[in-house]
Amino acid sequence: MSRVAVGPYPRAANLFKIGAVLGALALAGCSRAPAEKNATLRFWALGREGEVVQSLLPGFERANPGIRVQVQQIPFTAAHEKILTAFVGGSTPDLTQLGNTWIPELVALEAIEPLGPHLAGSSLTPGDFFPGIWATNEIEGEAYGVPWYVDTRLLFYRSDLWARAGVERTPRSWEEWREDMRRIRALPGADHYAILLPIDEWAQPVVLALQTRAELVREGGRYGDFHHPRFRQAFEFYVSLFSERLAPPLGNAQVANPYQQFADGYFASWITGPWNLSEFRNRIPPERQGDWTTAPLPGVAEGDYPGLSLAGGSSLVIFRTSQHKDAAFRLVEYLAGVEQQVEFYRLIGDLPARTAAWDDPVLTGEPRLRAFREQLQHVEPMPRLPEWERIAWAIAEAAERAILGQQTVDRSLDQLQTEVDRMLAKRRYLLDRRGKKGAP
Amino acid sequence: MSTRAPARPRASRREARAGIAFIAPALGLIVLFFVVPVVAGFLLAATDFDIYGLGDFSTARFVGPGNFAALLHDPVFWKALANTFYFVLVGGPLSVAVSLGAAMLVNARLVRLKGFFRTVFFAPVVTTMVAVAVVWRYLYHPRFGLLNQILASLGLPDVNWLGDPRWAMPAIILMAVWKNFGYNMIIFVAGLQSIPTTLYEAARVDGAGPWQQFRRITVPALRPMLMFVGIITMIGYFQLFTEPYVLTGGTGGPLNATLSLVMYMYKQGFRWWNIGFAAAVALVLFVIILAGTLVQMRLQRERE
Amino acid sequence: MRKLVPTFVLHLVLAIGAVATLLPFGWMVSASLMPKGEASRWPPSFLPSRATFENYRELFVRLDLRRCFLNSAFVAIVSTALALLIVSLAGYAFAKLRFPGRSKIFRALLTAMVIPAQVAMLPLFLLLRTMGLVNTYWGVIIPALAPVFGIFMVRQYALSIPDELLDAARVDGAGEFLIYRRIVFPLLRPILVTFGVFSFMGAWNDFMWPLIVLTENSRYTLPVALANLIGEHAQDIELMTAGSVLTVLPVLLLFLCLQRTYVEGITLGGIKE
Repeated sequence: MSRVAVGPYPRAANLFKIGAVLGALALAGCSRAPAEKNATLRFWALGREGEVVQSLLPGFERANPGIRVQVQQIPFTAAHEKILTAFVGGSTPDLTQLGNTWIPELVALEAIEPLGPHLAGSSLTPGDFFPGIWATNEIEGEAYGVPWYVDTRLLFYRSDLWARAGVERTPRSWEEWREDMRRIRALPGADHYAILLPIDEWAQPVVLALQTRAELVREGGRYGDFHHPRFRQAFEFYVSLFSERLAPPLGNAQVANPYQQFADGYFASWITGPWNLSEFRNRIPPERQGDWTTAPLPGVAEGDYPGLSLAGGSSLVIFRTSQHKDAAFRLVEYLAGVEQQVEFYRLIGDLPARTAAWDDPVLTGEPRLRAFREQLQHVEPMPRLPEWERIAWAIAEAAERAILGQQTVDRSLDQLQTEVDRMLAKRRYLLDRRGKKGAP
Repeated sequence: MSTRAPARPRASRREARAGIAFIAPALGLIVLFFVVPVVAGFLLAATDFDIYGLGDFSTARFVGPGNFAALLHDPVFWKALANTFYFVLVGGPLSVAVSLGAAMLVNARLVRLKGFFRTVFFAPVVTTMVAVAVVWRYLYHPRFGLLNQILASLGLPDVNWLGDPRWAMPAIILMAVWKNFGYNMIIFVAGLQSIPTTLYEAARVDGAGPWQQFRRITVPALRPMLMFVGIITMIGYFQLFTEPYVLTGGTGGPLNATLSLVMYMYKQGFRWWNIGFAAAVALVLFVIILAGTLVQMRLQRERE
Repeated sequence: MRKLVPTFVLHLVLAIGAVATLLPFGWMVSASLMPKGEASRWPPSFLPSRATFENYRELFVRLDLRRCFLNSAFVAIVSTALALLIVSLAGYAFAKLRFPGRSKIFRALLTAMVIPAQVAMLPLFLLLRTMGLVNTYWGVIIPALAPVFGIFMVRQYALSIPDELLDAARVDGAGEFLIYRRIVFPLLRPILVTFGVFSFMGAWNDFMWPLIVLTENSRYTLPVALANLIGEHAQDIELMTAGSVLTVLPVLLLFLCLQRTYVEGITLGGIKE
């Protein structure tokens, strides 16, 4: 509802004085640029990373006197929106953490700085990072971000429940997986769903699609490719997990405290990412800590094991509007340093993008990380389109419609195809226009 | 128009100048920060200005009614429209009825502690919608929520309030009514208090029962108030946004069951930056509100 | 004797209604005092096993909600003060000062009331961007400083100021602004106090526009901060309810103190045609 505004004031004579004060405040409120000598970097960090990275900064500030870093923490769910809003509103920070699937979008907007010149004068080289991950930062040969941490999705599961259900090894194929899940579901006692797959997330159906080697978009990203039999296979598999009641049809909003419910055994596995390593360690009661572990994803068929997963993760990017690009790059270099990468892992469980960091004893000594190391050798990037975020959400919504029975799989895919084709209309127009002009 | 009072001295130039000077700040703000954007909104609705356009102006094209055609072909738009109408046509009358009921209860002759009850019923109105929605999001939790616990204690089955597309909108309506009924209740109490009790006494002497008293005395007396309340409630409810935004975490789920028109506009405009398209949605909202207001006014006038 | 049964029934119904209305608040406070994780334990309980303020402490210390509290206060107070000045001047002028085009302009303003704010939102955002006001307090405050509803209310009230009073002052040689300051403003006090309460509460509770305009944590007002918090901490029920309590408490207290005025204001607005 639009609001109604008014206010009381004691004496009219004071109004003029107050007016003067307010006028001064107005000028103060509007001015923004800090002095150049002592740069204060505005750094946006997303999710838990935003809370944790603060402890890494005193080291940076000591090594770089005169540079101060101000961290702004933004929840992941609102991050994409906030970053774009800031761009449109002209209030972007100096640098930000950015999901690497969003890089194409910001490049299309000409919002972020190509880092070639900075990298040339730095000790960092592309070879320092996982190749599949570095590739997600390059658009048309130019590097726009430096990988900060890598992310992929795999199985976290209750080893004790799986053992009780008679599952001897983690599943290698979809069929074996389904069998195992049925056995867990059949466990006597309270409700034991086999797996948690929040229906308002797109990562899970997309991962399954990647595993079948479905393309997702065709003709250089001009059209969606959702009627393709491979995508269909993945989609149907995903939906069947719900129709067989192996997974509860719940979205994130209805699972108030997943950690508690995992500990209670309400669901026996969860496809999620590395940040949950430390969350699990902190939030699951001590008596249950020995009952959970990780495993790579099953593949479609036995020979495909381990199955493919997302080549996700976040990079650090610098905005073109920043007044302190050099200082910002120094922060980027610092955070990409091997020592900081290991420390960051220790604090939050985010996997280092820097390959050298993986040889550190802190990482080699953690058994639950082995699954991640293995999985990271089998990752696939998603289509690098500016519209990707929207398309991913459309896939999640199409799956939701099929899962909750609002539409058949056929109708869901039809609608998904139509929606995505419409989203890509502008892109088709621009690509055609560029084609006519003959520009690269 | 003075007929009895002596004629006033003519308005001086000074008075006229002062008048214009006094309204200048307000008018200036309204023109710059409302009228201009509204006109711009009309213009934008005829273009396909989007995120590409923010980087490079030349990518935007004039599409005339193209956005409106796209709207009509978007099933999500129709869902948002249906949801919003559902909310207005069910929540509106429900809210007014509860307010009226509460007003009559609080105003009844035999009731003590009127002030206390009035305060209690009004308390939700002043609180922040976001805070309220946060609390209700937990109240609606299928396992730990208070509402399902109450249902369980009455022997009724659990309801998946925010997860079941059939129950999501009723959940929002319930919360909205809870939050708002106090506001209209106060207006009705004032109206009820202005009805002379002698009317009711006379009616009772004539043998009229409570329902007839209500229909023949209360309702006609409250007519102008009912129309006012009806219209502002309707206008407010068409702009539904905060409730579904907080309860569903900004998605409008499940399955777009709680996606309101304004939320659809917000998603298109501020999340995906389809600015031209979102402007078209806003225009549709405007037309609907205008039509609704006119319809309500016409209906009321016909009844008189 | 005959009155006893209806009286009892009436009070019972009212009591049930009161409990139903207050129950969410009760649970909110109770959950905010629970130790971490207790609100989602099974079987659930209404009261905390032991009351603790750790959630509040966390909000203030770790998550800096105090900053957002101050932001909300700043925005609410400044916008209320300024809007009052602007609206009272305009309302008085429309009621009592004769100038060409007065009724036409006023009627135009009334029709503008039907246009929902959302039509203006996106272009307004782009306008603020060119003015450099995105992510500033002024970006939140300025667009709402001249609400037509407010001008309307003040005008209604100001109509009752006797013309003779003003004419006499003019004859005495007083300038128009002096008349406003010395005579009109004090007379308008009741409606302005009501309006002040409305405005303050409206500004404090406003959500959508601050959500759009403010992009930085340190600038967030409480409602935006709360929505931000639930994005990251949805599973921390106790923390979220504590945040809600903090957001709700000031306006609730303000309301309890100024009940009469606030309620009068609504009825004044409602009864008028």
